[in-house]
Amino acid sequence: MSKIIVVTSGKGGVGKTTTSASIASGLAMRGFKTAVIDFDVGLRNLDLIMGCERRVVYDLINVINSEANLTQALIKDKHCDKLSILPASQTRDKEALTEEGVERVLTELQHMGHEYIVCDSPAGIEHGAVMALTFADEAIIVTNPEVSSVRDSDRILGILQAKSRRARDGGEPVNEHLLITRYSPKRVEDGEMLSYKDVQEILRVPLLGVIPESESVLHASNQGTPVIHMKDSDVAAAYQDTVARFLGEDAPLRFVTYEKPGLLKRLFGG
Amino acid sequence: MSLLDLLFGSKPKSATIAKERLQLIIARERSGAPGVPDFLPQLQQELIQVISKYVPVDRDDIKVALEKQGNFEVLEVNIVLSEPGRQAGD
Repeated sequence: MSKIIVVTSGKGGVGKTTTSASIASGLAMRGFKTAVIDFDVGLRNLDLIMGCERRVVYDLINVINSEANLTQALIKDKHCDKLSILPASQTRDKEALTEEGVERVLTELQHMGHEYIVCDSPAGIEHGAVMALTFADEAIIVTNPEVSSVRDSDRILGILQAKSRRARDGGEPVNEHLLITRYSPKRVEDGEMLSYKDVQEILRVPLLGVIPESESVLHASNQGTPVIHMKDSDVAAAYQDTVARFLGEDAPLRFVTYEKPGLLKRLFGG
Repeated sequence: MSLLDLLFGSKPKSATIAKERLQLIIARERSGAPGVPDFLPQLQQELIQVISKYVPVDRDDIKVALEKQGNFEVLEVNIVLSEPGRQAGD
């Protein structure tokens, strides 16, 4: 039994690649054989976030065009031996992604025994984003608590419900999960930021997790380490919880309430 | 939140405004009405044609607008007819 997960958002810069890297790593840490594919042809970045940019020889487009086989193109992750990375091509354009080609690569990954295949979607609603979501069984919608991101998430949900293979075949719909990233409990408390409940109420998608805004995301990407590996960071813990919930475990939400500073700090500004 | 805000109540929250705006625009976009303003110019054009059959009317005398009032959307059509005296003279 193998599942294809698309990580998508419509809007750029909300944390799709950070999330793809951490969810894929989290699933592999749980013992599942996992592959993560970068669909952002022409603007690949997953390799940098995973810290394997110097080991890229062949890419997704090479495999689709039969210029390399899948085993040549897959890169073993340095943290988890159950995880492989399939980078995007940096030189071709997105039209090189054909539906038949993508399907063939996904089927072959499943035959190799990958239990989860995570598709890191490019931003936008164009061909690349559509190819990333076409074969999905599960969709993780990454949303920032901010107006443009929420609206774009709603737009990509509509595309998922119209253009995915499952929607076109008229069968079971794609399972949608909402992941809110860059969340600041303090700003929510101060009424400056949409709460996760607001976002969920607007989008009406089951909530998978809330990832707090944190400096550790930049520290992690600087080093090429998926942030889920950052010890003692809230973001890593929040991603672990997210993976647990994705696997059907019960994990209460953490890092969503603001701990008020003491009275002195409040009086003198903090 | 500073002590002053705590004592004197706070300003309107921008998150509340964001939520209201999003609920509106997303409901509109989901309903499939392809960008409501799209049909307004054509509606105005056709209204002019129909009304001109009966009353002389100028393009600028017809104003079409769409407004949101509470939970309702109000389509407002405002037609200014020429003065009777002028009309008789035509």
